[in-house]
Amino acid sequence: MTARAPRVGVVTFPGSLDDRDAVRAVRAMGGEAVPLWHGERDLGGADAVILPGGFSYGDYLRTGAIARFAPVMEELRAFADAGRPVVGICNGFQILCEASLLPGALIRNAGRRFVCRWVDVRVETSLSPLTAGLVAGEVLRVPVKHGEGQFVARGDELDRMEGDGLVVFRYCDPDGALGAEHNPNGSAAAIAGVRNEAGNVVGLMPHPEHAIDPDLGPTGGQPMFAALLQSALEPVASGIR
Amino acid sequence: MNEPLHRRLGLTDDELESISSTIGRDPNPTELAMYAAMWSEHCSYKSSKVHLRNLPTDGPRVLVGPGQDAGAIDVGDGVAVVFKMESHSHPSAVEPYQGAATGVGGIVRDIISMGARPIALLDPLRFGPLTDERNRWLFDGVVAGIGGYGNCIGVPTVGGEVHFGAPHSANPTINVMCLGIAPADRLVTAAKAPPAGSLLVLFGASTGRDGIGGVSVLASRTLEDDAAESRPSVQIGDPFAGKLLIEASMEMVERGLLEGLQDLGGAGLTCAASETATRAGLGAEVDLDTVPLRQDDLEPFEILTSESQERMLAVVVPERMDDVIEVCTRWGLGAAVIGRLLDEGGTLDVRHRGAEVARVPARSLADGAPVYSRPMSVPLERDDLLADDPTFTTMTTPVGDALLRMLSAPNVASKRWVWEQYDSIVQGGTVLGPGGDAALVRIEGTLKALALATDGKGRYGALDPYLGAAHAVAESARNVACTGATPLAITNCLNFGNPERPEVMWQFAESIRGIADACRAIETPVTGGNVSFYNESGDSAIWPTAVIGMVGLIHDYRLAVRHAFGDGTLVYVMGETFPELGGSEFAESVLGVVAGRPPALDLERERSLHSLLVDSARRDLIRSAHDCGDGGLAIALAESAMAGSTGFAVSIPGDLPSHVALFAESASRAVVTVDPARASELEDLAADLRVPFARIGETGGPRMVFDQIADVTVDEATATYEDAIPKLMSGERVLREAG
Repeated sequence: MTARAPRVGVVTFPGSLDDRDAVRAVRAMGGEAVPLWHGERDLGGADAVILPGGFSYGDYLRTGAIARFAPVMEELRAFADAGRPVVGICNGFQILCEASLLPGALIRNAGRRFVCRWVDVRVETSLSPLTAGLVAGEVLRVPVKHGEGQFVARGDELDRMEGDGLVVFRYCDPDGALGAEHNPNGSAAAIAGVRNEAGNVVGLMPHPEHAIDPDLGPTGGQPMFAALLQSALEPVASGIR
Repeated sequence: MNEPLHRRLGLTDDELESISSTIGRDPNPTELAMYAAMWSEHCSYKSSKVHLRNLPTDGPRVLVGPGQDAGAIDVGDGVAVVFKMESHSHPSAVEPYQGAATGVGGIVRDIISMGARPIALLDPLRFGPLTDERNRWLFDGVVAGIGGYGNCIGVPTVGGEVHFGAPHSANPTINVMCLGIAPADRLVTAAKAPPAGSLLVLFGASTGRDGIGGVSVLASRTLEDDAAESRPSVQIGDPFAGKLLIEASMEMVERGLLEGLQDLGGAGLTCAASETATRAGLGAEVDLDTVPLRQDDLEPFEILTSESQERMLAVVVPERMDDVIEVCTRWGLGAAVIGRLLDEGGTLDVRHRGAEVARVPARSLADGAPVYSRPMSVPLERDDLLADDPTFTTMTTPVGDALLRMLSAPNVASKRWVWEQYDSIVQGGTVLGPGGDAALVRIEGTLKALALATDGKGRYGALDPYLGAAHAVAESARNVACTGATPLAITNCLNFGNPERPEVMWQFAESIRGIADACRAIETPVTGGNVSFYNESGDSAIWPTAVIGMVGLIHDYRLAVRHAFGDGTLVYVMGETFPELGGSEFAESVLGVVAGRPPALDLERERSLHSLLVDSARRDLIRSAHDCGDGGLAIALAESAMAGSTGFAVSIPGDLPSHVALFAESASRAVVTVDPARASELEDLAADLRVPFARIGETGGPRMVFDQIADVTVDEATATYEDAIPKLMSGERVLREAG
């Protein structure tokens, strides 16, 4: 452990909306936030990178489909390949799936409509930058807000993900029980977040950056950001791989 | 079609004569199109101006009053709050998704053009009954359109309201309010006069053939059966460009690159160029060949009146031009110099392909429209409606059944179906989101928060437009005060029928009188607003509906009061209940009548109640507060119980019949809860402020018990309340039969 604050990069694409919120969350939790620009091949010496929520490029083609070609993404891919922590929130999750840095895809909500509400998610594994140090089964309250958050994957891919423990969060009730009424978008197997095989890239539809400040609501995002700051300072390939 | 051109464009013969005498010759067709757009009711307020002058617009906090893109007030710490409400009813009636979406885009640009960053949206909406399939289509499309645009630009939709009434079937009423903040010394206002020689820079989207005649065809006439053919007059929104426009504009303002900024909305470039020149006290030349076009065969009048969305006009001194181009390039926005301000007698000179196509005084476009004092008369049916008061109708339905029926009435029922489709939390400032009395949005870097509420009382307005409008002001202020915030100022959207009908004009004048009286008493000046006339089809006009957007301020949002009940508190009704069921939700949804005299309004009492609520919050004295609005005391109690999943037991004092006591909508009341240990402190404060009060019971348990009247579980109430609108939207009937 070093004494310095972990540096967390937050990428702004044209149409990013929750970039400022992610920056605020990093700072509130004691990290140093590093604003990054989509058009530059530079991660500013970040220890970890967040792709924030929003509608990059308006999401007119397919969510995340254009953002994945942004110059910053080449750097990000190398960063991820080197085992550094990468987090995609909402649109950031969609971009990571489009970039094949995460398995599966996100399609229109089963209910057809945009949904903004507080949900409970259950931690499925501690092997991700957002859950390091958390215990499987723990339930965190965070908001979702998206029109295209239904996680889907081919049947065999879903089996492989489950077998390899790639599911990081599932929608649940406050006690951790699963049920269709707690799944806001009809995601397969109630999946709210997933990781890659190496365990350093994680994406989720809920917005932990909006669940930090107790004056605004529940604080289920705090342990996730604490885990991220912790992971950011850990040497590459520690334990997770 | 042998009608002369000016009439086809919506100008009268007298107006044509006035134009000719102003410019000293007959206008050419391009000039005629420019005047038709600028002198339309929508842009010129020609029927409403004489009445709007009666509104109170001054106050110690007012920085910018009516007449600019948006009003602004000072909330201390060097922060200006900029806000405005507008209607997009006509486009939404024709194409609900795009109509509502572009309404959001338009109001957001009004806020940007003052140099303020938009931080909140609210959407007051009115539709016909959801039992009708077309109304469901409109409701579904409008809500999706608001979400589709608002969610994509990263401005939280934190509140609003949804009402249903038969007169809104043909003409839904779609209003949208936006609020932004800026350093007070950086507001972009008309006070800053740009020098001659400044460049006019059009940036954002290119100009196409969409929205031609939006203000004159759609917004300034009644919709007839061929409304669908008006679709080309509806603009198409591009929220991604809207988001880029926000960021680029904010950056230019923050870096001090601009002398002026104006959005292109109604009447497009004609409006932006003529208003910019008029405010500068200068003339302007515009070269249409430099306007980036989507197709190159646009006629000059089309380029001049196109309402293509996501465009802004900046006024830039030549030395800053490189910086402006750099900002636009980085955000991927086109920018073009299309003209300049000239020191030449205030003439707007427009050129196209080397020829002059229009040469008119800029001020005659912006400010020269005629002002009409249209005839007024009291509607014939008024006395009959007022006399037919439902307050003394015999009640046959058991009160418990009536309560559940009220909870499932679409006007009362949960609007979660609506607001879950809106991102209410982006930007991280939402302390209280939709579903409460008022929304609270904090001012970053401070403990202050702005309280925002919208209210319109169309049913009251139909019976007594003066009272309807005054109640809207009072209720919106009460909603703000319930959170602990002090009401500061209002914007408004005045939704009415055809002003050429004397009855409508009378309703309008009465509504203005009501707003003026209430705003003077509550000391909330009017900083701006919008008038939407011609909301009628055939002989069916909407209810005269003055929608008020109230802005309040709380100094420490940690002391904000919610409406949810907690366990173990004492329940008080602050204010007095009178036998007043006229125009009530109960009368409409249980008795099936819209008649009677709306509740009286004593503005002194109203103010006292606000003082009580604000003082109680400041002292951290009360545990909850909730306005008694639609559905009266019973619904206020039930909503607080459902919000807190906590029941109550109350007994209703007085000798009114139980249904009157429970459902009367007497004004200036709130349900307040307090810890028993501090009850006497609350009572003393109420006595000091001369607010009548009654302790009616306590909170706790799973049931809502009205002693000897009704007993319903919170769970059953919640299911009824939450399921009503989703069921209607899936086509199922939910209304219980009356006893």
